[in-house]
Amino acid sequence: MRAATRVAGILGLMLISGLSHAAYQLNMTPGVTSFSQGAYDIHMMVMWICVVIGIVVFGAMIYSIVKHRKAKGAVAADFHENTTIEVVWTIIPFLILIAMAIPATRVLLAMEDTSNSEMSIKVTGYQWKWHYDYLGEDVSFFSNMSTPMEQIEGMEQKGENYLLEVDNKMVIPVNKKVRLLFTSNDVIHAWWVPEFGVKKDSIPGYINESWIEVPEPGIYRGKCAELCGQYHGFMPVVVEAKSEEDYVAWLDSQRAMAAEAAASAEKTWTQADLMNQGEKVYKTACAACHQANGEGLPNVFPGLKGSAVALGDIAKHIDIIINGVSGTSMQAFGAQLNDADIAAVVTYERNAWGNDTGDVVQPADVKAAR
Amino acid sequence: MSAVIEETHEHHDHKPTGIGRWLFSTNHKDIGTMYLWFSFIMFFVGGSMALVIRAELFQPGLQLIEPEFFNQMTTLHGLIMVFGVIMPAFVGLANWMVPMMIGAPDMALPRMNNWSFWLLPGAFGLLIASLVMSLMGMGSAPNFGWTFYAPLSTTYGPSSTDFFIFSVHLMGISSIMGAINIIATIMNMRAPGMTYMKMPIFVWTWFITAYLLIAVMPVLAGVVTMMLMDRHFGTSFFNAAGGGDPVLFQHVFWFFGHPEVYIMILPSFGIISQIVPTFARKKIFGYSSMVYATASIAFLSFIVWAHHMFTTGMPVAGELFFMYATMLIAIPTGVKVFNWVSTMWKGSMTFETPMLFAIAFIFLFTIGGFTGLMLCIAPADFQYHDTYFVVAHFHYVLVTGAAFGIMAGVYYWIPKWTGNMYDEKLGKLHFWLTAISSNVLFFPMHFVGLAGMPRRIPDYSLQFAEFNAMATVGAFVFGFSQLIFLYNVLKTQRGGVKATSKVWEGAEGLEWTLPSPAPFHSFTTPPTVK
Ligand code: HEC
Ligand code: HEM
Ligand SMILES: [Cu+2]
Ligand SMILES: [Cu+2]
Repeated sequence: MRAATRVAGILGLMLISGLSHAAYQLNMTPGVTSFSQGAYDIHMMVMWICVVIGIVVFGAMIYSIVKHRKAKGAVAADFHENTTIEVVWTIIPFLILIAMAIPATRVLLAMEDTSNSEMSIKVTGYQWKWHYDYLGEDVSFFSNMSTPMEQIEGMEQKGENYLLEVDNKMVIPVNKKVRLLFTSNDVIHAWWVPEFGVKKDSIPGYINESWIEVPEPGIYRGKCAELCGQYHGFMPVVVEAKSEEDYVAWLDSQRAMAAEAAASAEKTWTQADLMNQGEKVYKTACAACHQANGEGLPNVFPGLKGSAVALGDIAKHIDIIINGVSGTSMQAFGAQLNDADIAAVVTYERNAWGNDTGDVVQPADVKAAR
Repeated sequence: MSAVIEETHEHHDHKPTGIGRWLFSTNHKDIGTMYLWFSFIMFFVGGSMALVIRAELFQPGLQLIEPEFFNQMTTLHGLIMVFGVIMPAFVGLANWMVPMMIGAPDMALPRMNNWSFWLLPGAFGLLIASLVMSLMGMGSAPNFGWTFYAPLSTTYGPSSTDFFIFSVHLMGISSIMGAINIIATIMNMRAPGMTYMKMPIFVWTWFITAYLLIAVMPVLAGVVTMMLMDRHFGTSFFNAAGGGDPVLFQHVFWFFGHPEVYIMILPSFGIISQIVPTFARKKIFGYSSMVYATASIAFLSFIVWAHHMFTTGMPVAGELFFMYATMLIAIPTGVKVFNWVSTMWKGSMTFETPMLFAIAFIFLFTIGGFTGLMLCIAPADFQYHDTYFVVAHFHYVLVTGAAFGIMAGVYYWIPKWTGNMYDEKLGKLHFWLTAISSNVLFFPMHFVGLAGMPRRIPDYSLQFAEFNAMATVGAFVFGFSQLIFLYNVLKTQRGGVKATSKVWEGAEGLEWTLPSPAPFHSFTTPPTVK
């Protein structure tokens, strides 16, 4: 019965979504930066050259198919070699290639020049989220996809920015040359915003560089482009370009939030607050693997519902979350989550889904365990 | 030379029967048949996976399968299509046709031939076993894409990665032995008077392909062995935390991978170069430039591998080198296309099914070549890389290129293999459905790719919905049309209008001097080529 309503719901939504959006796009975006414009121009140039060559070659073929058919009484000619023409159709393509290579080289050289940048942001790929670190500004945060599971599973109408929305956007000032440094904490990811024309792999052990200079305020959306595991399709990049003043104000608000979080780690929390906060942390950081219902995926990600760890020794539970389990995809969350968040998520895991241990873990306990 | 071969053939020129005929076969035709059937079966296995992928992608949202299973499907689909469909089909065609085309009784190394084939069911058995286990809830099948980039496939690989590694090893041994056999046959067993520059182009393209195989399959074996060491013996070739280098993996993989894509197209070039002259009733235009173009493509294919890695952060000098070198490949490829068109020019053409597939090949492969040229422009590739534009590109060259070439070859030679003509009406129906649906399937992928849809994703944002729905419709029509092909092949095997030895009015070459069906041991006395 439940399955039947679900199928009916999916079909209904498929119909609605089929009707409600017709904004498809056929071509590459010219974007907003000099890179994306350069890529677009050279893309169009090469494409038109190909179209012209295609018209000539396919035209000759179609003419021949129409005219030189046996059914029309065509008799086969006897030529099968012609050195002049063969040399000509080797040299002409060569010249065309040179004509393409020159502008391509020019655009490429401009892109690779990261000198004279005015600020730097370190971008780190994680399975499956991005971390942004504003070098020298003391601001850093994670950026997770915020599209709810209900939309993905078709139980809710999909929003306008389906799969292209995050909890914390990367914010940059307009008209500043921003240097980006890419690396990864686990597997290879690729940070890509089509409207900037920047796609760079973020590779563990490497630091790759690129830069952007965005002329207009606005929100720009992209995605992880390199297969990085199960939730590769759910790793959007969202960048907001703001005016210089707004950017500075945003930096201040980030610092204020960080200070607040540090203060909250000092105080003692009620169990209800821990459970609320824990559920939030669990949904963004853990549910991708251990699943929202705590049951995990058989043989891939262990369930936490009724697990020996979640019901057993608290110190071991905290340790697994801070230090991870090496050699598995259970990463060390110690650097990603603050004491309050870890305390909250441990409390949550020990009391949700019928794990009624009644245990309450305080930020101070986590601090002591570090 | 040929005297020796005749002697060894004296005492087993009877046709063995029963299962032993196939298990212990040393006959080039029987082994060729087994390769071709193996490839055909894998085509349906890999094709079903593609249909699962396309069904999930019909609409945005997750409807049918989990993301984890989606990744297993793309991985196995890619591996099976490349190593289980295209490559075995080519080896099957070479087994059947190379001895007949050069006037030899059989392949030079018949026992090795048997072994190369029988390794394949083992290799794919291992790979498919990992999927069966995954379906039974015991871990995951390989899920890191057919390119299996480290560290996703090493530190983060599922335990079935070891099945995958051994499977690749077996495929590699099989391919290397197959290639050695083809080279030995071509070098030693040509009929008197058949100089290298008189060999049919199909033989030439396979000769060059065989050298590519011998050069790069060991590199593939090397890279999977390094993975095995990293996974189980504490080395850190590709593990940055241990001082290794994940980008090294990509260099080694693509040093194999780019020549591999030419391994998957050169024999089809050869097939098309046999078919077009037959049905244009005119000699191939520019025979020697065809041979030189093939050789230049093969050479260039070794120095362009990093065009798959423009976004890894190579130094700009490296990017420029690989961009220029890749552009050069367009020249010999262009020469081939121009020569085919000139062969058709002022011919006297008829349009039987093999010719229809050959013409579609020339059109659609050329489109794949154009997108290839676009992809090699590094600054534009930053936008194209890892999007559906690439998926469109490689399906134009692999499906409407390599696979169409194979289908053309099967229709062209099946009368010689079975002694019966295939059903022309069904052949044409198969052709038109396939040619139209493959464009409905793959052309829209260009659009979604340019619009920004990454590849290997199980779900996508709303602006890509229309063209994905269209591609899925094309995919199902394409998939089911292949059943017509299967039916037609089975029907031809059982009977039909008897074929003459020449089969096609315009056919030329030694294979058409043998009766249809060709005798069990092709040329027991070598013909003389003038
Ligand atoms: C990328 C996938 C992934 C994410 C995200 C993840 N885990 Fe895990 N987790 C695992 C895996 C895999 C294991 C099993 C490790 C092993 O083999 O011992 C595991 C094990 C655990 C265990 C021990 C369970 C047991 O019964 O052995 C706990 C507790 C745990 N994770 C908590 C968390 C918390 C809390 C979060 C979020 C902050 C989280 N995990 C996020 C993959 C993940
Ligand atoms: C002989 C025929 C074919 C060959 C050689 C072939 C080859 C490949 C290869 C090498 C890949 C890359 C796999 C990867 O991304 O890891 C791939 C991907 C794909 N193939 Fe095919 N393919 C063939 C036929 C088809 C058909 C008929 C369909 C559709 C029904 C199809 C649909 C797809 C799709 C959708 C992907 C992309 C998966 C993704 O990147 O998300 N293919 N194919
Ligand atoms: Cu990613
Ligand atoms: Cu390549």
